[in-house]
Amino acid sequence: MTEGGPARRDAGCDPAAPAATPTTAPLLDIRHLSASYREGGRTLPVLDDVALTVGGGEFVALIGPSGSGKSTLLDLVAGLADPDRGEIRFGGGPTTAPGRLGRAAYMRQRDLLLPWRTALDNAAVGLEAGGTARRAARAAARARFSEFGLAGFEGAYPGQLSGGMRQRVAFLRTALLRRPLLLLDEPFGALDALTRAAMQEWLLDRLDAEGDRRPAVLLVTHDVEEAVLLADRVVALTPAPGRVARVEPIALPRPRRRETVTDPAFVRHKGALLAALGPLPGSRS
Amino acid sequence: MRAARWEWLPPLGLVALALGVWEGWVRAAGTPRWLLPPPSAIGRALLSDRALLWHHGGVTLREVLLGFALALVAGTLLAATIDASRTVERAVYPLVIASQTVPIPALAPLLLIWFGYGLLPKVLVVALIGFFPICVNTVDGLRAADRETLALLRGFGAGRWTRFRLVKLPGALPFVFSGARVAVAVCVIGAVFAELVGARAGLGHLLTRSAAQLLTARVFAAIVVLAAMGIGLFGLVALAERWLLPWRRYTTGTGGR
Ligand SMILES: Nc1ncnc2c1ncn2[C@@H]1O[C@H](COP(=O)(O)OP(=O)(O)O)[C@@H](O)[C@H]1O
Ligand SMILES: [Mg+2]
Repeated sequence: MTEGGPARRDAGCDPAAPAATPTTAPLLDIRHLSASYREGGRTLPVLDDVALTVGGGEFVALIGPSGSGKSTLLDLVAGLADPDRGEIRFGGGPTTAPGRLGRAAYMRQRDLLLPWRTALDNAAVGLEAGGTARRAARAAARARFSEFGLAGFEGAYPGQLSGGMRQRVAFLRTALLRRPLLLLDEPFGALDALTRAAMQEWLLDRLDAEGDRRPAVLLVTHDVEEAVLLADRVVALTPAPGRVARVEPIALPRPRRRETVTDPAFVRHKGALLAALGPLPGSRS
Repeated sequence: MRAARWEWLPPLGLVALALGVWEGWVRAAGTPRWLLPPPSAIGRALLSDRALLWHHGGVTLREVLLGFALALVAGTLLAATIDASRTVERAVYPLVIASQTVPIPALAPLLLIWFGYGLLPKVLVVALIGFFPICVNTVDGLRAADRETLALLRGFGAGRWTRFRLVKLPGALPFVFSGARVAVAVCVIGAVFAELVGARAGLGHLLTRSAAQLLTARVFAAIVVLAAMGIGLFGLVALAERWLLPWRRYTTGTGGR
């Protein structure tokens, strides 16, 4: 099962495209992607013939049971490894892992804040790692601290911050990179339900605030409601090795709020995705 | 802070008790001074010989500090090389571990033959002794760097050196400090041993000379000064750690919250 034809409505908005790229190409175009891990002589297939596109400014959610290769897919897109087979295109021809490094802003499942750096220095570390001078990186981080609800905590160490605040520091670190594509791996997975709901709305607000610089998002989650609430399109993976089980365009109007979850269309999307995911342990239908 | 002050009370009380028993026993038994002087006599020696102790203590302290600095620089640099290169790790690290089976004090006479009675052979013995705990701990610290964090930085576009500077090095510092705390204490022992083998000055030299003259109170006074030096240096390293790694206070337990 692969996704239908190439995305059409994604065209025309592609800030990362190299000069000579046709404007009709999606920002990210993954074709026939297969990947595996080798461990002690045995091969563990993780992704099997996956296709996925993300257009400029589009919000795509990737759901699937644990172990279906979601994090692996983000690693591949980020350029940390090359797939066994298949192509990953960034608005052009196929790329290699080193060529993809630094093209997308990657936020991994764990916040990975450096315990020896203050919140401000942690937010700045992404820019610093990319070659920006320390002073300039700190200044850029400082300028957006209150926007991320972190004002007054510039000098706090990660060990002094709550889970939600740590997550926002990690978000700021990612946002400062100003990449046209954000890769978010279960960013709210470790948060309690209330903080999580607040952070989802907060993320939508942040994206809206970017206006026409709005980055595209590829969000990994195992929460179907979160996927439907946030995304323009949801891609569901099968259990390992992950294949595309369903591509569900979400036709809900924006802006979306908490109340959206009671919309009949929301319930329909959710039902369709749950059905595609099959019988999961602990869930009905 | 208050709790910390109370913590000192039991060991201090124990020491006071031991000194009291010692004093009383030596007086009651009439033990000759050259055999075992009472604590009061050692205290008087500390006062009356303070110029002598200050002079020789200064010599020993200089050997310790230079040797320790050398061990710190060489130990961390070699650890970084071991961490950076598989080849170096395979070739050198087993030798570093094996070097611990060589009784380094036994090298002191050799160093005496090669470098004479001056400062250099002492500094070398001190450095050789302090090198091991620093190097091994630093290697552990560099290896402990979180792989996911390193991958994250690679994704940000950081090269090898940047990843080392931003992740590995700061993460290894607590390990460097544990190594340094152990090293600084054994460095004092190393300096004294090197001086025992052959020296013109230093507390180890004063120790042997005073013992030969049966100035036993002075021997004890020199030992007290050496102990104080060891404890003081250990405290200084611990203080530097608190000051340089303020974040350590917030990372008790599993690294969360
Ligand atoms: N570095 C690795 N080495 C070996 N196996 C791995 C590695 N990373 C992940 N895996 C395995 O690959 C499978 C998919 O992992 P992952 O991509 O993290 O799935 P998901 O994020 O969907 O839960 C899992 O079975 C996992 O144990
Ligand atoms: Mg995962």
